[in-house]
Amino acid sequence: MTPAAGPADRAAPVVEMYGITVERSGVLVLDDVDLTLRPGEVHALMGENGAGKSTLIGALTGTVPIRSGDVLVDGEPRTPESVARSRAEGIATVFQESRLSPHLTVAENVMIGHEVRRWYGIDWARTREHASAALATLGLEDVDPRAPLEALSPATKQLVAVARAIVLEPRVLVLDEPTSSLDEAEAARLLGVVRRLRDQGVAVLFVSHFLEQVFEVSDRMTVLRGGRVVGEFRTAEVERAELISKMIGEDIDALQALRSQRLAHHYAGSGEATLRATSVGRRGTLEPTDVDLSRGEVVGFAGLRGSGRTELGRLMSGVERPDSGELWLDGVRVQLRTPGAALRHRIAMSSENLREDGIVAGLTARENIVLALQALRGWSRPLSRGEQDAVVDTYLDALRLSPDDLDRPAGELSGGTQQKVLLARLLATRPHVLILDEPTRGIDIGAKLDIQRRVAALAGDGVAVVFISSQLEEVVRLADRIVVLKDREKIGELSNGPGVTVDTIVEMIAAELDELDDEGS
Amino acid sequence: MTTLASSRRGAPSPDGLPSVGRRLRLDRRYLPVVGTLVVFALLLVVGGARYDNFLSVGVIANLFINNAFLIVLAVGMTFVILTGGIDLSVGSVLALSGVTAAYLLRAGVPAGVVIPLVVLVGSLIGLLVGAMVHVFEVQPFIATLAAMFFARGLCFLIAPESIPIDDETFVALASWDTWAGGQWRLTSSVMIALAVVAVAFYLLHYTQFGRTVYAIGGGEQSARLMGLPVARTKVLVYVISGTCAGLGGLLFAMFSRSGYSLTGVGMELDAIAAVVIGGTLLTGGTGFVLGSVLGVLVLGLIQTIVTFEGTLSSWWTKIVIGALLLVFVVLQRLLALRRS
Repeated sequence: MTPAAGPADRAAPVVEMYGITVERSGVLVLDDVDLTLRPGEVHALMGENGAGKSTLIGALTGTVPIRSGDVLVDGEPRTPESVARSRAEGIATVFQESRLSPHLTVAENVMIGHEVRRWYGIDWARTREHASAALATLGLEDVDPRAPLEALSPATKQLVAVARAIVLEPRVLVLDEPTSSLDEAEAARLLGVVRRLRDQGVAVLFVSHFLEQVFEVSDRMTVLRGGRVVGEFRTAEVERAELISKMIGEDIDALQALRSQRLAHHYAGSGEATLRATSVGRRGTLEPTDVDLSRGEVVGFAGLRGSGRTELGRLMSGVERPDSGELWLDGVRVQLRTPGAALRHRIAMSSENLREDGIVAGLTARENIVLALQALRGWSRPLSRGEQDAVVDTYLDALRLSPDDLDRPAGELSGGTQQKVLLARLLATRPHVLILDEPTRGIDIGAKLDIQRRVAALAGDGVAVVFISSQLEEVVRLADRIVVLKDREKIGELSNGPGVTVDTIVEMIAAELDELDDEGS
Repeated sequence: MTTLASSRRGAPSPDGLPSVGRRLRLDRRYLPVVGTLVVFALLLVVGGARYDNFLSVGVIANLFINNAFLIVLAVGMTFVILTGGIDLSVGSVLALSGVTAAYLLRAGVPAGVVIPLVVLVGSLIGLLVGAMVHVFEVQPFIATLAAMFFARGLCFLIAPESIPIDDETFVALASWDTWAGGQWRLTSSVMIALAVVAVAFYLLHYTQFGRTVYAIGGGEQSARLMGLPVARTKVLVYVISGTCAGLGGLLFAMFSRSGYSLTGVGMELDAIAAVVIGGTLLTGGTGFVLGSVLGVLVLGLIQTIVTFEGTLSSWWTKIVIGALLLVFVVLQRLLALRRS
């Protein structure tokens, strides 16, 4: 586990973080995390969604309060207070979704806060020169520094954010998903800049869910899972497949029973699809993809974050509109313009952040459950209390909800209970097709088990279920069929059986990576 | 991204109005201000065509003289609205400043002391509002609403009746003017107002504070993540608005030669209207102080036209302003939609 001593090890660390613990509404989002950044080294921070990568960056830059732990800069203890303060110490950060000011000009976005000032105030000509120089290093010579930022494409905005970070020649550069909206050429140019900065002695912290880029540019990596450090590795010494399984992690044995139960009831497949997607895709989101869903079948969408697993679910449920391909429901072509239209076709989707977006915190759990059913019926025909009770009671047992929780405001409930309430809300509409995106993320193991059992039972009742999860174990446990996605593209489909394990999927994804590598070299 | 190439040469890009003649393509950010300019020109043409003597030096000069205090209020309001906030207290603070000035002058306090003091009263109320907004995270609407009632109440506490001002120094200052070429004369109040505009323009476009004001309006969280001094700036914009209101009270006292508790009721709304008509988005982030000045002039011209018409009730001013405001807000919305 301990990386062998390399040239960079001899350099004194610029940033050391020890035992960083961060708590958010009672949950430890970071638990005793250590991180060391050395000059002249690119350090990748790896982990699935919710592993705590962005929180760790927040802790370093002072945007997230630390409960306990120490941050040392040049060996001196520091209390990160603000972005301004960490910038002054030479730590520049490019935050996810490029946090810039849309109405200001490109040059200003690069230079605001450190404009060139003279006795009369800001020297705009010089300020723009500096900005242009920084933009040029990123290959943005064509961008008019006087254009308002909002006129730029997302990719260019992202590069402008990087230009802002490097214009002050920082000693530590933190890049949180800097390539998420870049195309290959742009990403390659950015990685080139990262390498050059590293060679100049800058310590880089690099976060990306694009594995190839991480392997291409990083010297060392720290893997986080569920807010804890899984390990620190030298990039040269780590296997891709090993890394993926470390990021994804293993689950509790108690769930094994469900797996064997599911295998026993393995769905043979009638061949008749209830929802069929033919070359459904959307530019910049997902390549055209074919997927069939059958009644009584659980289909897992597996892939890393950014692979398109969520996007495929969204395109099939009217949350996002595809710009190519067709959707066929029981042999009839349908156009799902909105999630509401999908719901009327009995297609329901619970989205990844539904717990944040979907729970109406001020309403009781009971009211939250009947919300979707009521919307489907139309507001002119209210559900009576008796009908509400009947609906709620159905799911009380099935999801093991506590009756005491029902009349409490949903905002006060635990994450797991909220997730159950949301699932109950969707189930109350009696969907024929149910698409669940990360239904078990961030909830306790008991609730996870309840939800997975319910998914299995639903398939038994003849619902076509799509199960999307970053936890490959869950997918392997529940799914009859697994659709594997990678880099916004479906790369294959597996019929689940005793021979299929997490490794099977990991190898599929990793093999794809190696092929890409070969093409690259 | 190259379609917006506009200001290739000359003054800094985030400046006020570009000289339209030199550039064929106009930066979209200036469109609302240009719209205001067009309305202003149209009003001048309409007025000039309908009434004799409309386009005279006297009428135009009076436009500035009668609205000097409103220009100052609108300048302060521009800072606040650019950050995405609002200041409802300026009308009351203006009255408080005027009443305090009149009261102290009647008590024999020298004008040299009174004048800076009443401006400071405005700054102080602005500081209180800023602290409420920043420290206690009170909505600007509520914080300034509280300050509005507070300041108005204080006015009545000091003097419920109108106090005439006959302090010699003050009257001399109020009636001072200077020759400014041709038939034009520049009064002290107009000079003060124009100086305030110039300082505001400088602050907004040539200082880090000013640029931070714009950045906060574009997204407060982003501004914070860019490492900008968001807290300090947010407090300061209310201090500036309060100071402008204090100064506005002084100008109004110079204009009316009195201080009265009931002056400036609803004037905060006139200031907001002027800022919006001047092309500043209520959501913050875009707008120019020169636009706000134009906004005030448009409001003033409408009033002048209604006065010239003679038979119209003065309430027609409000109706026209209301309609104009509606048109401008819809236009801004359309511009924003086209942009996205």
